[in-house]
Amino acid sequence: MVSLSWYLFVGAVLFAISVIGIFLNRKNLIVLLMAIELMLLAVNTNFIAFSHFLGDLHGQVFVFFILTVAAAESAIGLAILVALFRNMNTINVDELDALKG
Amino acid sequence: MDTVAILFAVFSASTLASALRVITARNPVHAVLYLVLCFFSAACLWLLLQAEFLAIALVLVYVGAVMVLFLFVVMMLDIQIDRLRSGFWRHLPLAALVGVAIALQLWLVLANGHWQFLTPPATDIAKVGNTKALGELTFTEYVLPLQIAGAILLVAIVAAIALTLRRRTDSLHQRPSEQVRVRARDRLTIVHMPPAARVDAAHKTPVKEA
Repeated sequence: MVSLSWYLFVGAVLFAISVIGIFLNRKNLIVLLMAIELMLLAVNTNFIAFSHFLGDLHGQVFVFFILTVAAAESAIGLAILVALFRNMNTINVDELDALKG
Repeated sequence: MDTVAILFAVFSASTLASALRVITARNPVHAVLYLVLCFFSAACLWLLLQAEFLAIALVLVYVGAVMVLFLFVVMMLDIQIDRLRSGFWRHLPLAALVGVAIALQLWLVLANGHWQFLTPPATDIAKVGNTKALGELTFTEYVLPLQIAGAILLVAIVAAIALTLRRRTDSLHQRPSEQVRVRARDRLTIVHMPPAARVDAAHKTPVKEA
């Protein structure tokens, strides 16, 4: 029997990996989006683990909504990325400095 | 060690290893493929937690749709990897520090709760099935959030299309709305012309008025 702590451990390590990924790939917009998806996956894993071990389905409903919002977010993010590449011809975060502020 | 523990070890190891490769892969296409593997192993982990519906939804929605979208975008864009990778390892010490701190904090909080010794209670979820139980909850208690989620998806569709739609300016095309809206008086002008010639002079060719 795998205890709840092990699932939480996997979730925590996954979250930490994605945070490290955001630091390492801070120039590459696509990998940044992927790291955000990984973070959401870690959070969802925690939700489902708690939901299973508490016998409460509400956590799984919440994961369902998180999946919905994450799909919408990545669709809009990629659309912005495509529009950005069309106009600026780069996705390097350092070169995206058209906003003066 | 029972079967579940072995499966858990395999799936969690594959999840974490592929997640590591996602953030370190040189080629973005490889990163997306590793992300697919990561989501797939995470879906297997969710299956171990008896969340069948969400595991299948993760595979269908994420691996099937979102990752394909990622792959399309990665292949469509012409990315200079070398410039994006410059200074890649420079921030590793800071990143490792922050990552370890986050993992440690999460671990300290999560590993020392009273839930450490929780065992899954016997519920009637297993009898009716995860999908049915989830559906009953979603369509009764969570109807309003479900509608809002639908609206969010609609907004996402409209936003994604509006952002990427390109209008060609050099093509000839019809405008159906204007065609429908047109009235006879916009196109046809009726000019009243008094007869220039009298009836008794009908044998001559009628002179047109200026």
